[in-house]
Amino acid sequence: MAKKFMYINRKPPYGTIYALEALEVVLIGAAFDQDVSLAFIGDGVYQLTKAQNTDAIGQKNFSPVYSALGDYEVTKVYIEKESLEERGLTLDDLQHLVWEDEDEDWAEKDSIRLVSRAELADVLDEQNVILSF
Amino acid sequence: MTMLHTVNESPFETKTFESCVGLAKKGSTILLIEDGVYAATTGNSAADMIKNASDINFCVLGPDAQARGIEGKLAEGIKVVDYEGFVDLVVEHDSVQAWL
Repeated sequence: MAKKFMYINRKPPYGTIYALEALEVVLIGAAFDQDVSLAFIGDGVYQLTKAQNTDAIGQKNFSPVYSALGDYEVTKVYIEKESLEERGLTLDDLQHLVWEDEDEDWAEKDSIRLVSRAELADVLDEQNVILSF
Repeated sequence: MTMLHTVNESPFETKTFESCVGLAKKGSTILLIEDGVYAATTGNSAADMIKNASDINFCVLGPDAQARGIEGKLAEGIKVVDYEGFVDLVVEHDSVQAWL
Protein backbone atom coordinates (compact mmCIF):
# COMPACT_ATOMS: atom_id res chain seq x y z
CA MET A 1 0.00 0.00 0.00
CA ALA A 2 1.26 3.45 -0.87
CA LYS A 3 2.23 5.56 2.08
CA LYS A 4 1.65 9.26 2.41
CA PHE A 5 4.98 11.09 2.34
CA MET A 6 5.28 14.76 3.20
CA TYR A 7 8.47 16.71 2.55
CA ILE A 8 8.63 19.96 4.52
CA ASN A 9 10.84 22.70 3.08
CA ARG A 10 11.80 25.34 5.61
CA LYS A 11 14.98 26.97 4.29
CA PRO A 12 15.72 29.45 1.51
CA PRO A 13 17.74 28.28 -1.52
CA TYR A 14 21.50 28.74 -2.13
CA GLY A 15 22.57 29.87 1.36
CA THR A 16 22.63 26.24 2.46
CA ILE A 17 22.36 22.91 0.63
CA TYR A 18 19.04 21.92 2.25
CA ALA A 19 16.69 23.14 -0.50
CA LEU A 20 18.57 21.40 -3.30
CA GLU A 21 18.99 18.19 -1.30
CA ALA A 22 15.29 18.12 -0.45
CA LEU A 23 14.43 18.44 -4.13
CA GLU A 24 16.76 15.56 -4.99
CA VAL A 25 15.18 13.36 -2.33
CA VAL A 26 11.66 14.23 -3.51
CA LEU A 27 12.50 13.25 -7.09
CA ILE A 28 14.09 9.98 -5.98
CA GLY A 29 11.17 9.23 -3.68
CA ALA A 30 8.67 9.98 -6.42
CA ALA A 31 10.07 7.08 -8.44
CA PHE A 32 8.81 4.65 -5.78
CA ASP A 33 5.14 5.28 -6.48
CA GLN A 34 4.18 6.74 -3.12
CA ASP A 35 1.64 9.45 -2.31
CA VAL A 36 3.97 12.46 -2.15
CA SER A 37 3.21 15.98 -0.93
CA LEU A 38 5.45 18.99 -0.46
CA ALA A 39 5.01 21.82 2.00
CA PHE A 40 6.81 25.15 1.91
CA ILE A 41 6.82 27.00 5.21
CA GLY A 42 8.91 29.77 6.75
CA ASP A 43 11.82 30.81 4.54
CA GLY A 44 11.13 27.69 2.48
CA VAL A 45 8.62 29.73 0.47
CA TYR A 46 11.59 31.59 -1.04
CA GLN A 47 12.57 28.40 -2.89
CA LEU A 48 9.74 29.02 -5.34
CA THR A 49 10.34 32.70 -6.19
CA LYS A 50 10.27 33.56 -9.88
CA ALA A 51 13.19 35.07 -11.80
CA GLN A 52 15.99 33.38 -9.91
CA ASN A 53 19.26 33.99 -11.74
CA THR A 54 22.39 32.45 -10.25
CA ASP A 55 24.85 33.37 -13.03
CA ALA A 56 26.81 35.74 -10.80
CA ILE A 57 27.14 33.47 -7.74
CA GLY A 58 28.49 30.41 -9.53
CA GLN A 59 25.82 28.01 -8.28
CA LYS A 60 23.34 25.92 -10.23
CA ASN A 61 19.91 27.52 -10.55
CA PHE A 62 17.69 24.58 -9.59
CA SER A 63 14.44 26.56 -9.49
CA PRO A 64 13.28 25.32 -12.95
CA VAL A 65 13.26 21.77 -11.56
CA TYR A 66 10.19 22.53 -9.43
CA SER A 67 8.13 22.85 -12.61
CA ALA A 68 9.00 19.21 -13.42
CA LEU A 69 7.44 17.90 -10.21
CA GLY A 70 4.07 17.44 -11.95
CA ASP A 71 5.68 15.04 -14.44
CA TYR A 72 6.85 12.95 -11.48
CA GLU A 73 3.27 12.82 -10.24
CA VAL A 74 4.03 15.16 -7.37
CA THR A 75 0.84 17.17 -7.61
CA LYS A 76 0.29 18.48 -4.09
CA VAL A 77 2.40 21.50 -3.17
CA TYR A 78 1.22 23.23 -0.02
CA ILE A 79 2.23 26.84 0.64
CA GLU A 80 1.62 28.25 4.09
CA LYS A 81 -0.28 31.52 3.76
CA GLU A 82 1.11 33.08 6.94
CA SER A 83 4.69 32.47 5.82
CA LEU A 84 4.08 34.30 2.55
CA GLU A 85 2.42 37.23 4.30
CA GLU A 86 5.17 37.60 6.91
CA ARG A 87 7.63 38.02 4.04
CA GLY A 88 5.58 40.50 2.04
CA LEU A 89 4.98 37.92 -0.70
CA THR A 90 1.91 36.75 -2.61
CA LEU A 91 1.36 33.73 -4.87
CA ASP A 92 2.16 36.02 -7.83
CA ASP A 93 5.75 36.17 -6.62
CA LEU A 94 6.04 32.39 -6.89
CA GLN A 95 6.28 30.03 -9.82
CA HIS A 96 3.02 28.69 -11.19
CA LEU A 97 3.28 24.90 -10.82
CA VAL A 98 0.90 22.61 -12.70
CA TRP A 99 0.31 18.93 -13.40
CA GLU A 100 -1.64 17.09 -16.10
CA ASP A 101 -4.52 14.87 -15.03
CA GLU A 102 -4.41 11.58 -16.93
CA ASP A 103 -8.00 10.79 -15.92
CA GLU A 104 -9.36 14.03 -17.40
CA ASP A 105 -7.75 13.99 -20.85
CA TRP A 106 -4.51 15.49 -19.48
CA ALA A 107 -6.22 18.63 -18.26
CA GLU A 108 -3.72 21.02 -16.70
CA LYS A 109 -4.33 21.61 -13.01
CA ASP A 110 -2.71 23.77 -10.34
CA SER A 111 -0.31 21.96 -8.04
CA ILE A 112 -0.03 24.77 -5.53
CA ARG A 113 -2.48 24.82 -2.65
CA LEU A 114 -2.41 27.93 -0.51
CA VAL A 115 -3.32 26.86 3.03
CA SER A 116 -3.46 28.44 6.45
CA ARG A 117 -1.22 27.20 9.25
CA ALA A 118 -4.22 25.46 10.83
CA GLU A 119 -5.14 23.74 7.55
CA LEU A 120 -1.54 22.64 7.04
CA ALA A 121 -1.54 21.16 10.54
CA ASP A 122 -4.46 18.94 9.47
CA VAL A 123 -2.61 17.88 6.30
CA LEU A 124 0.47 16.96 8.36
CA ASP A 125 -1.73 14.95 10.67
CA GLU A 126 -2.78 12.70 7.77
CA GLN A 127 0.78 11.74 6.77
CA ASN A 128 2.55 8.43 7.40
CA VAL A 129 6.05 9.81 6.92
CA ILE A 130 7.26 13.41 7.32
CA LEU A 131 10.72 14.48 6.24
CA SER A 132 11.86 17.99 7.14
CA PHE A 133 14.57 19.95 5.35
CA MET B 1 35.38 55.48 12.88
CA THR B 2 33.09 53.96 10.30
CA MET B 3 32.26 50.30 10.26
CA LEU B 4 31.05 47.97 7.54
CA HIS B 5 28.76 45.23 8.84
CA THR B 6 27.97 42.16 6.77
CA VAL B 7 24.93 39.99 7.52
CA ASN B 8 24.48 36.64 5.76
CA GLU B 9 21.43 35.19 7.52
CA SER B 10 17.73 35.59 6.84
CA PRO B 11 16.07 37.97 9.35
CA PHE B 12 13.26 35.43 9.71
CA GLU B 13 15.53 32.57 10.77
CA THR B 14 17.84 34.26 13.26
CA LYS B 15 18.12 37.49 15.25
CA THR B 16 21.43 38.37 13.61
CA PHE B 17 20.06 41.18 11.47
CA GLU B 18 18.18 42.70 14.40
CA SER B 19 21.30 42.59 16.60
CA CYS B 20 23.36 44.17 13.86
CA VAL B 21 20.93 47.04 13.30
CA GLY B 22 20.78 47.61 17.05
CA LEU B 23 24.55 47.85 17.40
CA ALA B 24 25.41 49.68 14.18
CA LYS B 25 26.30 53.34 14.77
CA LYS B 26 25.29 56.36 12.77
CA GLY B 27 27.17 56.60 9.48
CA SER B 28 28.03 52.92 9.33
CA THR B 29 27.01 50.59 6.52
CA ILE B 30 25.20 47.26 6.67
CA LEU B 31 25.81 45.08 3.62
CA LEU B 32 23.34 42.23 3.20
CA ILE B 33 24.80 39.13 1.56
CA GLU B 34 23.70 35.52 0.93
CA ASP B 35 20.41 34.78 2.78
CA GLY B 36 20.75 38.16 4.48
CA VAL B 37 19.41 39.84 1.34
CA TYR B 38 15.83 38.90 2.23
CA ALA B 39 15.88 41.65 4.87
CA ALA B 40 15.97 44.22 2.07
CA THR B 41 12.64 43.25 0.50
CA THR B 42 9.48 45.30 0.96
CA GLY B 43 6.46 44.49 3.07
CA ASN B 44 7.97 42.57 5.99
CA SER B 45 9.11 43.24 9.54
CA ALA B 46 12.76 43.68 8.59
CA ALA B 47 11.78 46.43 6.16
CA ASP B 48 10.46 48.46 9.08
CA MET B 49 13.77 48.07 10.90
CA ILE B 50 15.56 49.44 7.86
CA LYS B 51 13.14 52.35 7.57
CA ASN B 52 13.61 53.25 11.23
CA ALA B 53 17.40 53.20 10.99
CA SER B 54 17.70 56.11 8.57
CA ASP B 55 21.17 57.09 9.76
CA ILE B 56 22.63 53.76 8.63
CA ASN B 57 23.45 52.95 5.00
CA PHE B 58 21.99 49.70 3.73
CA CYS B 59 23.45 47.84 0.77
CA VAL B 60 22.66 44.53 -0.88
CA LEU B 61 25.00 42.29 -2.83
CA GLY B 62 23.35 42.21 -6.26
CA PRO B 63 24.41 38.71 -7.32
CA ASP B 64 22.86 37.23 -4.15
CA ALA B 65 19.61 39.17 -4.68
CA GLN B 66 19.43 38.09 -8.33
CA ALA B 67 20.04 34.45 -7.44
CA ARG B 68 17.08 34.55 -5.07
CA GLY B 69 14.75 36.27 -7.53
CA ILE B 70 14.15 39.29 -5.26
CA GLU B 71 15.95 42.08 -7.09
CA GLY B 72 12.61 43.52 -8.19
CA LYS B 73 11.27 43.60 -4.63
CA LEU B 74 14.00 45.55 -2.87
CA ALA B 75 12.88 48.34 -0.55
CA GLU B 76 13.55 51.97 -1.46
CA GLY B 77 16.87 53.43 -0.44
CA ILE B 78 18.73 50.13 -0.63
CA LYS B 79 21.88 50.39 -2.69
CA VAL B 80 22.79 47.39 -4.85
CA VAL B 81 26.50 46.63 -5.18
CA ASP B 82 28.42 43.98 -7.11
CA TYR B 83 31.53 42.12 -5.92
CA GLU B 84 33.76 45.07 -6.85
CA GLY B 85 31.41 47.35 -4.92
CA PHE B 86 31.81 45.02 -1.92
CA VAL B 87 35.58 45.49 -2.11
CA ASP B 88 35.14 49.26 -2.38
CA LEU B 89 32.99 49.25 0.77
CA VAL B 90 35.67 47.33 2.65
CA VAL B 91 38.27 49.89 1.59
CA GLU B 92 36.08 52.90 2.39
CA HIS B 93 35.34 51.83 5.97
CA ASP B 94 37.78 51.72 8.86
CA SER B 95 36.82 48.22 9.91
CA VAL B 96 34.61 45.28 8.97
CA GLN B 97 32.35 43.31 11.27
CA ALA B 98 31.08 40.05 9.79
CA TRP B 99 27.95 38.90 11.64
CA LEU B 100 28.23 35.14 11.22
